[in-house]
Amino acid sequence: MTEKTGSLRHDYLRHDKKFPHVWCPGCGNGIVLGSLIRAIARLGLQKDELVLAAGIGCSGRMPVYVDFNTLHATHGRALTFATGIKLARPALTVIIVMGDGDATAIGGNHFIHAARRNLDLTAIIINNQIYGMTGGQYSPTTPYGSFAATAAWGHIEHAFPIAELAATAGASYVARGTVYHAAMLDDLLAGGIARKGFSVIEVMSNCHTQYGRRNQMNDAITMLRYFKEQAVAVDRAAGMSAAEMAGRFTIGVLADVEKPNFTEEYQKIRDRARQQ
Amino acid sequence: MTAAARGKRGRRFGQTIFYDWCKACGICIAFCPQQVFRANDQGKPLAARPEKCTGCGFCEIHCPDFAITIVECPELRRKEKSCDHDSLEGS
Repeated sequence: MTEKTGSLRHDYLRHDKKFPHVWCPGCGNGIVLGSLIRAIARLGLQKDELVLAAGIGCSGRMPVYVDFNTLHATHGRALTFATGIKLARPALTVIIVMGDGDATAIGGNHFIHAARRNLDLTAIIINNQIYGMTGGQYSPTTPYGSFAATAAWGHIEHAFPIAELAATAGASYVARGTVYHAAMLDDLLAGGIARKGFSVIEVMSNCHTQYGRRNQMNDAITMLRYFKEQAVAVDRAAGMSAAEMAGRFTIGVLADVEKPNFTEEYQKIRDRARQQ
Repeated sequence: MTAAARGKRGRRFGQTIFYDWCKACGICIAFCPQQVFRANDQGKPLAARPEKCTGCGFCEIHCPDFAITIVECPELRRKEKSCDHDSLEGS
C-alpha cells in the first residue's frame, strides 16, 4: 500500500473551505492532485518551500486547493512566471501544473524554451486531449480521427507527443503516466521534483465530459479502463513493433539525464563576477 | 500466532467514506478487486462487503475527491462484519 492520502488531505490541502472541488465527477485532475501531495509528502518538503503555479484551464484550479505558495498565471504563461520565481528565489521548489492546451498551444514556445534552458522546475502537464473548460474544442493533443466540438467529422490533424517533444527539446527528466496508474504516478512525480533541472511529467487524464462523451467513452470508468489497456511500459514497448504500438502510448521514465542546469550555472556566473 | 505469520488474510480494514465530498463517479465501485462497494440510491459507494477488503488502497489513491480512507482495524476479529473505524481516524 502506498502512502495514505487520508491524513495528507488535512496537511496539504485547504480542506476546510474549498472542497468538494469544482472538477467533474471522476475527473483525473483530482487523482493527479492526490498523487502530487503524496509525492511531496514522500520527499518531506515543507509547505513554505513550495510554489505551485498554474495557467488557465481546468488544471488551473489546482493551486486553489493546495496550502502552498500558489500562483494563478495567465494562459500559457505559467512557466514564465515560474521562471521568474525560481531566478529570484532559487531555494524554492517550483512546480507548474498545466493542461495540454495551456502547455503546447498557447504556451508552446515557452514550453520548448523552458526545456532547452533547463531551469530547475517541475512541469506537470495534464493531457486530457481536449480543451475541456471552454467546451470541447480540439487541442494540439487530440488524436487523429477522434471527435471534438470543432471536429464533428473527425480530427484531421495529428497529435503532439508531449513527453517526446520535451525530451527532444532538452528536458533533464521526462516521464509519462496515466491517472489509472496512480501509484506509478507518485514515483514519477517524486522523481521529477527530486531531479535538478527541467522535469516534465505528462499525465494522460480523462475528460469524459468533453472528450469521452464524443468518443464512445462516456464516463470516468470507461476512460480509466482505456488508459489501462492502451498504456505500455517503456521497457516492454522497446520489444514491440510499430504496428503493435499504433494508437498506444508508453508510460514510465522516458529520459533522465544529468546535465548542468540553469539555476546552478547562473549562480556560478554570479560567484565569478563577484570575485573579479 | 504472531501478526506477521497470520499474513494479509488475517488483517481487517475499515472504509471511511466522506459522503459530502463524494460525487458518485463510481471509480471505487468499478475497480475494487474484491467488490467491496455497491452503489447506494445516489450512486455513492456503500461498503457492502467490508470484510473482503484487503487494504490495497486502490480506491483511496484513485478517488478524485479524497472521499475514501482505508484504515486497518487490528482489534477486529475476523467474524465481525465491520468496525467503528470513524473513531480510528483521529483527525
